[in-house]
Amino acid sequence: MTFSRTTRRVLLAALALGLAVIYFPLLVVFLNSFNDDPTFGWPPAGFTLEWWSRAAANEGALAALRTSVVAGLSATAIALVLGTMAAFALQRYRFIGRNPVSLLIVLPIALPGIVTGIALNNAFRTILGVNLGLFTAIVAHATFCIVVVFNNVVARLRRMGNNLEEASMDLGADGITTFRLVTFPMLRSALLAGGLLAFALSFDEIIVTTFTLGAGLETVPIWIYDNLFRPNQAPIVNVVAAVLILASTVPVYLAQRLSGDSASGGRL
Amino acid sequence: MTAAITDPPRPAPPGAASRRRLSAYLHRTPGLRLGILLSAPLAWLGVAYLGALAALFVTAFWTTDVFTGQVVVSWSLDNFATLFRDAVYRTITIRTVGVAVLVTVIDAVIAFPMAFAMAKFASRRAQRLLVIAVMTPLWASYLVKAYAWRSMLSGNGVLHWLLAPVGLDGPGYGLPATVITLSYLWLPYMILPVYAGLDRLPDSLVDASGDLGARSVRTFFSVVLPLAMPAVIAGSIFTFSLSLGDYIAVKIVGGTSQLLGNVVYDNIGAANNLPFAATVALVPVVIMLLYLAAVRRTGALDTL
Repeated sequence: MTFSRTTRRVLLAALALGLAVIYFPLLVVFLNSFNDDPTFGWPPAGFTLEWWSRAAANEGALAALRTSVVAGLSATAIALVLGTMAAFALQRYRFIGRNPVSLLIVLPIALPGIVTGIALNNAFRTILGVNLGLFTAIVAHATFCIVVVFNNVVARLRRMGNNLEEASMDLGADGITTFRLVTFPMLRSALLAGGLLAFALSFDEIIVTTFTLGAGLETVPIWIYDNLFRPNQAPIVNVVAAVLILASTVPVYLAQRLSGDSASGGRL
Repeated sequence: MTAAITDPPRPAPPGAASRRRLSAYLHRTPGLRLGILLSAPLAWLGVAYLGALAALFVTAFWTTDVFTGQVVVSWSLDNFATLFRDAVYRTITIRTVGVAVLVTVIDAVIAFPMAFAMAKFASRRAQRLLVIAVMTPLWASYLVKAYAWRSMLSGNGVLHWLLAPVGLDGPGYGLPATVITLSYLWLPYMILPVYAGLDRLPDSLVDASGDLGARSVRTFFSVVLPLAMPAVIAGSIFTFSLSLGDYIAVKIVGGTSQLLGNVVYDNIGAANNLPFAATVALVPVVIMLLYLAAVRRTGALDTL
């Protein structure tokens, strides 16, 4: 395709500039975690590691990290089971109501988080009479994590077809054996990728968590939010933010390595 | 594999026969298999989640006892009347929609040239890397990104330092800061669908337009933009919906400005008026449904 050199240059410059704008704020947070001015005056007058060592000893942040990990792992486990079941049902069968069901799976992330949040809050407190706690937050997280696993597994099922499974059955393996020895090994990397992304989604979530986590508990995003407006906590908040930026690249990298199915890993 | 063939048949483990019967039975009844596969996800999403949404809708018609703070189960349209009559809520609704529209337009304008350069000027390998580069910040915590803008927008922050030499100052905290932050947060959600749409756009059409004598501007408005529009609308569904429901970014960088999300949040927390919060929460849902219905005909929903 032919474009004038100017068009080409201008558009490529726009791309470079856009990417710079996307990464610049993240870089600033990272650099500020070493800024020795606790109010983050820019440019930094000097650099220090003090905030990192203080954050590493901060009880609140560490407790929040533990809560986040427990919530993330539990929600991921539930989402893996339900997402895989739904993926098999929708990819392998044609039935009435198939489209509404696939819409239903996407709904928890398509609706604004605050709607999902207060709907579940209302359901737990008013209808079921359950006190909010870690368990209610796990249920809420699992609800919107299902779609991530679902997307990854559906993409894999579509690619692998069912020739190998039929071959396995022809050779005399029953359904359960076929699943154990043929289907599951082929799905394994998609499940791992979906699970990683579900965990990352749960780890990052704040709005639904605000409405479903019990009083006195904090996940990492809630801890950041609670401490954001306290000036003397700012440097430690900033270190936690920097750690999260670094940590967020891990699931993306691993999910890319594990499955080439979809670039966005089901986030879109 | 040859070893497996010559091996004498191993004795079947206990329970193998019944397992085999179960396998065979399931194989003969695809309806039952489908039922089992669907049961748990449908119980969770169809009954629990949809039920919760339906209950929320019902709660919007209830009221709260002013003295005890308990929810009173009596059907009335009072909440809706307050929502429509009270000028405050009308202003907030218009402001929220305005912010969402502005964010969507800004994101579309920034994302389009970026996506175009990605789709048309980059090699296959570079495209893959660029998609990862655009996507990675999506996984960086939402809160961290909003927080990054809070520290950049602060009085002695980076923006002040960058803009001071040219005689400008950062916008400080307020509605403009909210629009900037939301545009930043949702930009990747616009870039990725638009990139996918432009990637599917055949180069030959652009060349044909050039051969027929159209200049770049004409080609852009008559060929590229109409074909890429469904992708832009697909992206706008994300940016619009995400902006409508947001209340955290506006709390972090918005100063005292209020959006619909803040009204919902405050009614659940401080005011303890769940029915009214439910009524207000229906506003973004209704706006979103109207928007989805409006863009259905463009075919944008099929590209999601």
